[in-house]
Amino acid sequence: MDSRLVSDDHTYLSEQVRIAAKILVVGHFAVGKTTFIGTLSEIPPLRTEETMTRAGAHIDDLRGVQGKTTTTVAMDFGRLTLSDTLVLYLFGTPGQQRFVQVWEDMARGALGALLLVDPQRLEESFPVMDLVESYGIPYAVGVNYFDESERRPDDELREALDLLPDTPVVACDARDEASSAGALITLVKYLQTRTS
Amino acid sequence: MTTDGTGHESVDLVRPYVITNGQELPKGDEFELVTLVTAADGGARRAQLDPERRALVELCCGGYLSVAEIAGHIGLPIGVIRVLLSDLAGNGQIVTRNPVPTAQLTDIQVLQEVLDGLQTRFG
Ligand SMILES: Nc1nc2c(ncn2[C@@H]2O[C@H](COP(=O)(O)OP(=O)(O)OP(=O)(O)O)[C@@H](O)[C@H]2O)c(=O)[nH]1
Ligand SMILES: [Mg+2]
Repeated sequence: MDSRLVSDDHTYLSEQVRIAAKILVVGHFAVGKTTFIGTLSEIPPLRTEETMTRAGAHIDDLRGVQGKTTTTVAMDFGRLTLSDTLVLYLFGTPGQQRFVQVWEDMARGALGALLLVDPQRLEESFPVMDLVESYGIPYAVGVNYFDESERRPDDELREALDLLPDTPVVACDARDEASSAGALITLVKYLQTRTS
Repeated sequence: MTTDGTGHESVDLVRPYVITNGQELPKGDEFELVTLVTAADGGARRAQLDPERRALVELCCGGYLSVAEIAGHIGLPIGVIRVLLSDLAGNGQIVTRNPVPTAQLTDIQVLQEVLDGLQTRFG
């Protein structure tokens, strides 16, 4: 096997890549999504915008109303080449309800989601949890401890977030590669139990 | 064109619609965020294109990139990139590889490969 999985400058994918998988990294404002993606990505994380318009609106109609019914929202993403035929993309986006169009795009074909939570601001996670659940995306919870002294028992977090018994909860430091990869591995193992 | 895709927070809302000549934005399924794209024929015939389409084909000459990466590198919204791509695909100037090309490939297999890949890389 060629050990060089990506192009010399790491911009392009290998010729042999056949499968592009997608996992979402979601969570409320400033919970660490961009940090998490940057920690794991092999390319400098990219940012892109979705222009949000009224459903079915024709472009010409938009010229007159630009700035009123359109708005742009950023999502960031990173890439991990996992074998010579498989690449994994991590997509992160804000969890606000008004960004549903972005969610539809992100959710299509996603294997699952890692929901990052800040134990100090658990209640802010509920709108995002509702969104993930409404798209039927299976998820695991990654607890981003900003301050080690604030550690809370998993039981307490589960109860506060009202999680289903089999939803995994894993501590993760979004700045740390091994810790972030561990959270992703926990998610993927959980997804396997759901498809078997 | 920027390489990091940042700094385009305030892309003028009018400009993209001019680029796309008023075409409707295609739905997501033709060009999903992770649909892989490359230039056909090594980007021959790109000289006649307008600057945006030419930049896109030039970017795609280097190999495969996802639709999301193309939008990030070019610095235009995903919806606009989709219009340009569907145009270029119609002219045979780009080709795509769909995210999971074979129907036999199930999520179970993909998940196993993702897990193996993560464990090899970070384990
Ligand atoms: N101490 C600590 N700080 C963190 C951790 N993860 C992220 N941060 C910091 O928290 C801030 C927010 O992190 P981001 O990664 O930008 O969060 P985000 O979820 O992408 O934020 P938005 O996109 O604005 O919603 C940054 O200043 C990070 O450096 C962590 O695990 N520990
Ligand atoms: Mg962010």
